[in-house]
Amino acid sequence: MKLSEIRDILDAKVIVGEDKLDLEITTAFGADLMSDVLAFARSGCLLITGLSNPQSVRTAYALDIAAILVCRGKSLTDKFVEISQELNIPILWTRYIMFEVCGMLYKEGLTGCVTQIQDSEDKQIA
Amino acid sequence: MPSDEYLQGIYYIQGRDFVDAGIVSSEIKKSLKDKGIPESIIRRVAVITFEAEVNMISYSEQGTIQLFIEPDAITIQADDIGQGIEDIELAQQEGYSTADDSIRELGFGAGMGLANIKKYSDIFEITSNPGDGAHLKSVVKL
Ligand SMILES: Nc1ncnc2c1ncn2[C@@H]1O[C@H](COP(=O)(O)OP(=O)(O)OP(=O)(O)O)[C@@H](O)[C@H]1O
Ligand SMILES: [Mg+2]
Repeated sequence: MKLSEIRDILDAKVIVGEDKLDLEITTAFGADLMSDVLAFARSGCLLITGLSNPQSVRTAYALDIAAILVCRGKSLTDKFVEISQELNIPILWTRYIMFEVCGMLYKEGLTGCVTQIQDSEDKQIA
Repeated sequence: MPSDEYLQGIYYIQGRDFVDAGIVSSEIKKSLKDKGIPESIIRRVAVITFEAEVNMISYSEQGTIQLFIEPDAITIQADDIGQGIEDIELAQQEGYSTADDSIRELGFGAGMGLANIKKYSDIFEITSNPGDGAHLKSVVKL
């Protein structure tokens, strides 16, 4: 679905990336722990997180994550917004809690960028 | 370590400088983007350098990351001065972490970093003299 649809479903504000609302996103990963995002997320997904600090943007940048959705109405610092602009990562912001966000998006067809964590040693970050 | 002619950059990292954690990894990724290196390789290097950088900020006084690009491989050499690692086997186990609150607030400290670096490296070596610092080498083949 388009980033603009995600915005509408979640009643979200577009903080960065007004020009990127046509971006197609099909998968997502939800976590507050960037250690786990770096270990398990995939490129091109939507990162759903309550961590609104520079490290979540830098994590998204490292993995070529398509966009970040900040949930739970977490406050955003100027620095967070600045780095998102610099690294060209769209930011959406919603007051819904993570569970609600995941449920609403899943219902509309978004799926996990991985479904289960496997033991296998896959070296590609697809 | 590859010879100096392949040295692409040296990046300095200050221990406990949490605000900018990840900036070096972002810089390294930017610098690789205009070199025609495949995106999937760049992602691996970005993750490896991010994890190494956050570890240095979290657990060392200071350190450097050196990036080498050879025709057939990218080498990341991370060296720091600091407490070092007492039990290297244990440190590499998923879930083992000595992270404090300042690290957890950043979104790190799950004990996944070294395991993750290992997973995305084609060659991975880590050595440490406890009390002196830690040395990590990661090679990603092109
Ligand atoms: N450069 C280092 N110097 C000293 N100790 C280190 C260093 N790197 C890692 N360690 C030790 O090894 C442990 C495991 O490191 P690892 O990167 O795997 O996990 P973490 O940093 O605790 O959490 P995560 O990386 O998932 O955010 C650390 O908690 C720390 O005790
Ligand atoms: Mg770590």
